[in-house]
Amino acid sequence: MKDDAQARPASQGTWVGRPLERFEDEALLAGRGCYADDAPVRPGTLAAAVLRSPYAHAQISRIDAARALAMPGVRAVVTGADVEAWTSPFIVSVKQPMRHWCLAVDRVRYAGEPVAVVVAEDRYLAEDALEAIEVDYDELPPVIDPVAAAQPDASILHADVGSNVVSDRSYRYGDPDAAFAEAAHRVRIDVRYPRNSGTPIECGVVVAEHLPGGAGYDVLSNFMGPMSLAAVMSLALRIPAARLRLRAPRHAGGSFGVKQALFPMIVAMCVASRKAGAPVKWVEDRLEHLVGATSATGRVTTLEAAVGDDGRITALAWDQLDDCGAYLRAPEPATFYRMHGCLTGAYAIARLRVRNRVVLTNKTPAGLVRGFGGPQVYFALERLVQRIAVELGLDPLDVFRRNFVPSGAFPYRAPAGALLDSGDYAAVLERALASAGVDDLRARRSAARSAGRLYGIGFAAIVEPSISNMGYITAVLTPEARAKAGPKNGAIAAATVAVDLLGGVTVGVDSLPQGQGHATTIAQVVADALGLAPQDITVDVEFDSRKDGWSVAAGNYSSRFAGATAGAAHLAALRVRERLARIAAGALGCAPADVVFERGKLFARSNPGGALSFARAAGNAHWAPALLPEGEMPGLRETVFWTPDVLAAPDGHDRVNTSATYGFAFDVCALEIDRATGSVHIDRYATTHDAGRILNPALADGQVRGGFAQGLGAALMEEFVYAPDGSFRSGSFADYLVPTAMEVPEPAIAHLETPSPFTPLGAKGIGEANNMSTPVCIANAIADALGAGVDPAAIELPMTPSKILALVAATERMVSR
Amino acid sequence: MKPAAVDYVRADSVAEVTAILAECGDDARVLAGGQSLMPMLNMRLAAPRVLVDISRVAELARIRSGVADHASDGGRAAASGAVAVGAAVTQARLEARPTLAREVPMVALALPYIGHFQTRNRGTIGGSIAHADPSAELPLVLAALGGEVALRSQRGTRRVAARSFFAGMLTTDCRPDELVEEVLFPLAGEGARYGFREVALRHGDFALAAVAATVTRDAIRIAVGGVADRPQVETWPRLAGSALDDALDALARRLDARDDAHASASYRRHLVRTLGRSLVEELA
Amino acid sequence: MRRYSRGEQHRVEVVLDGRSREGRCESRMLLSDFLRHVLGATGVHVGCEHGVCGACTVIVDGVAQRSCLALAVAADGRDVRTVHGLARDDVLSDLQQAFRRHHALQCGFCTPGILMSATDFLARNPAPTEQAVREMLSGHLCRCTGYTGIVAAILDVAALRRERGGTQAA
Repeated sequence: MKDDAQARPASQGTWVGRPLERFEDEALLAGRGCYADDAPVRPGTLAAAVLRSPYAHAQISRIDAARALAMPGVRAVVTGADVEAWTSPFIVSVKQPMRHWCLAVDRVRYAGEPVAVVVAEDRYLAEDALEAIEVDYDELPPVIDPVAAAQPDASILHADVGSNVVSDRSYRYGDPDAAFAEAAHRVRIDVRYPRNSGTPIECGVVVAEHLPGGAGYDVLSNFMGPMSLAAVMSLALRIPAARLRLRAPRHAGGSFGVKQALFPMIVAMCVASRKAGAPVKWVEDRLEHLVGATSATGRVTTLEAAVGDDGRITALAWDQLDDCGAYLRAPEPATFYRMHGCLTGAYAIARLRVRNRVVLTNKTPAGLVRGFGGPQVYFALERLVQRIAVELGLDPLDVFRRNFVPSGAFPYRAPAGALLDSGDYAAVLERALASAGVDDLRARRSAARSAGRLYGIGFAAIVEPSISNMGYITAVLTPEARAKAGPKNGAIAAATVAVDLLGGVTVGVDSLPQGQGHATTIAQVVADALGLAPQDITVDVEFDSRKDGWSVAAGNYSSRFAGATAGAAHLAALRVRERLARIAAGALGCAPADVVFERGKLFARSNPGGALSFARAAGNAHWAPALLPEGEMPGLRETVFWTPDVLAAPDGHDRVNTSATYGFAFDVCALEIDRATGSVHIDRYATTHDAGRILNPALADGQVRGGFAQGLGAALMEEFVYAPDGSFRSGSFADYLVPTAMEVPEPAIAHLETPSPFTPLGAKGIGEANNMSTPVCIANAIADALGAGVDPAAIELPMTPSKILALVAATERMVSR
Repeated sequence: MKPAAVDYVRADSVAEVTAILAECGDDARVLAGGQSLMPMLNMRLAAPRVLVDISRVAELARIRSGVADHASDGGRAAASGAVAVGAAVTQARLEARPTLAREVPMVALALPYIGHFQTRNRGTIGGSIAHADPSAELPLVLAALGGEVALRSQRGTRRVAARSFFAGMLTTDCRPDELVEEVLFPLAGEGARYGFREVALRHGDFALAAVAATVTRDAIRIAVGGVADRPQVETWPRLAGSALDDALDALARRLDARDDAHASASYRRHLVRTLGRSLVEELA
Repeated sequence: MRRYSRGEQHRVEVVLDGRSREGRCESRMLLSDFLRHVLGATGVHVGCEHGVCGACTVIVDGVAQRSCLALAVAADGRDVRTVHGLARDDVLSDLQQAFRRHHALQCGFCTPGILMSATDFLARNPAPTEQAVREMLSGHLCRCTGYTGIVAAILDVAALRRERGGTQAA
């Protein structure tokens, strides 16, 4: 079957949808990938090492680098003083006098914050010199717990801001108060979501060169965008954006959102290069990565629902507190606002109240982590749905069925502004139940329980947003402040298709892939448009901000590839096709609209015998411009910039369509808790998706499996732990636990496809769904296994055996009492 | 994460190793498989002046069976000798020894829990014993079996019983001029049954708690790792039922268990009770 | 006895993927850095430098191990095999092909280490169970795939090798 997938299809237009093997793999399997640390650098490039704060909160009273500078091979030491002289603090998306520099200036606010950079002839020598930099710290009281940090008497991180709560906004849609007043039931849940991360196996890499003569900086990095951050970096470096050249190598070792957070280190290395007078290379090591790179926001949520006797939810009230760490680093507080339009999830709930507070604590600044915002929202929402079923004595499946957005209602406008583009949630649910064999699971649960064993079944229904509206973050501002700042919206994607002088097709894209197989998928898409085979298409995924088509939304995040970038490539290929049709129409003796592109040939629909080869047809654009039809430009290269029409700026009522498309997933988890050890054994996990049209099913399933493994890690073992004094307890891969092949079971995957009407190919994202659904689905199953007596607020991720066993003991004490 | 500058010496004989240790003492560290020491060097948690690599010392790569032992630890099952494992023998090599399960069944049971395939390929028996991590499997097994450690220096050779060798968290009775030359695991006793069980958060991680037990006709010898600062061993008569539960509970309470990021002290005590009971019941 | 003093450059000779190679480095240089930056074997990846993630795994004298937990000088005179030596004449080995067939990689950063572990493992365990394959893989961290394709590829290639061996014997 696999072999069939690789073969040419019988007719054109059918490469998309096939589980093609990846063109990326041969180089990667042979060890011949070119990752950032493998890319060539200029001779004389120096190595950087970063001195980081051992304290969570302290005033820096003195830095003396004299001893370090005298050491062999050391060429420069960069400190806060250099950074103050040559850069500006990073801009912040809420108007607050917060000064966040690329290196600490005067004060450190989290353990692991960069304090100085040593530049030396090699990394070993640079690390030697770190130990010789003398820093005097005067310790300040740390603030670790987000709730405590929000109290008026808390120790303040940024004196000029005057409070650790840097944003506090409330929203109201419909009339939620009336719904709560009328409701037969009010069901409430209090939850916390932990800080964790995607921890790609390749850490960050930056090679920066300060260019003389005011030419700015040249940077090679595995930074993944969003390229809106190019503006943040160039403003910090006090240069025009055009003078910051950003390049990305051919391959990248995963990101999961995390490498977005490299941008402050790009600025730091630019400064280091300027000071050292030579190119500087920094390779983040694993200890640096864990302590200092980034984290998902930790969140404290109270969520309440107004519910009828039948389980129908009439209103939701969210109170969310996001722990963004020591600085509000761009694009935070986007973790909140990415999800804002769809805070009602998969449900038809017309009335909504939201309060969002952002609090700073003495922890690593938060940022993108796969699922961005989704895990936090759905952990509350889907735990709540489970509680509604428990408290009202309903079958949870009925609660889903009664509340889902009805199948015929798409596109459906959610109260906070999301325009749910397409879907059939009820059908996905039925497919999921069949895939999971839920009747069998319920029988297994009954049998297990009557034998005294702890067996539980959990569900989760999630809407997976993709292709983020670049304007959603402005929902954090009041409508008045927004009007003053000017509207922002859209999600521009760019792709270039070029046909060369021998008819070869090259495609350039703006997606900065981190291993997802974009080159293969783009080849499938463009092959279909041009009547070629994917093998004929050369896809260039390297990035160069000076040479590629890109705009603010470029990058590898918000699952924008399948819907936006692949769509733009499709449109660019169609443009090339139109031009070729015009060029060849004369020779083929037909109208351009009647030129057929199939199997590497062009022919008139009425005369398949008289075909021109694709290469021959394309050749004229290069070799014989005189033969081109009048008005036709020579050369054959088309760049398309595409933005979804449906992404407007937030309106005067704070409604915003936060993403262009919304996929759906329904998960079922059955598990057993070992009474002796508290450990969890997953008996079955089924995950069923609607991601619109699927471009390559093998790659889509790969995204599902990878997201599932990460979601399982978040559910059961992954957490960035801080001690009360702010010291970091998860500083190595022996402390921050990532699931291995022994811990990750094989999920049953099923799909249903309702194409998006809003993307060129009908595709939606699929890469983040399980990061959103799996943590809460497993938590619901654990709660079910522990029984109705368990304190719902005690279900806190990660559910380690130690925590679970304490709950087993507490629950059974209560039952026996 | 790069090691500090160091003088590296590749020794060819035990005499060379002990000469360097005599000369450098605390400034030198013995490097065998490096699976514990190298991470510490990379993190600069250790920065010795000299590293003595013993991995190519042929004398230390031997496994000898039926070695006379001092029977220094009266509490263990009767045995007529020991398997003496040289300091440079890797865990993988011992694991692959066809007679291992007959000679020292508890070692055979515990080895698969140590790290991973790739780390056992390099990690040594002697290195794990010398490192004395309180959550590591081999120190627990050595203590459970009442084994010995042979220490060699220019002053001679001495054998130390496991219970005196492990002195605390990452601390042993090995003096600065001494090399762990051999680890002696007593051979299985007639009629004795051996078991090993542990709970870790992931396969291959250090144990949150591990229990090793030997059950003979008239005694239970139980050892606990991962909870206190070193393996704890107790010998009881053939307890069963609630008497066994009481003994395990008392043992769990005596251990100085601590909370950490991964598990609470009470969870670890619970594991001592449940793992202990299931293991003893299995061996009874 | 051989002494490599600190602060000096020392000659280290290895047989790298079947070819004699030498380079110079300090006594403290990690084998992973030596292979990558001195000998140019950039297919050896570095993911944690404390022996957990497994990305840097290579085969030294026939045995898979972490190259971040070894000093280059300690490898002097040894046979080192890396991912660069798996393909022959630009044709991927059966193991590499199985990885491609089963979509056993995404970003590919952990892959070279896993291929080397699997090479050693299959040589010693020609008929492994899925459980045994998973136990071996637990010495590697992959953040992309959920391991499904990796397990399938290794089991598949083991079966194919047995089949081929059986055919040859018959």
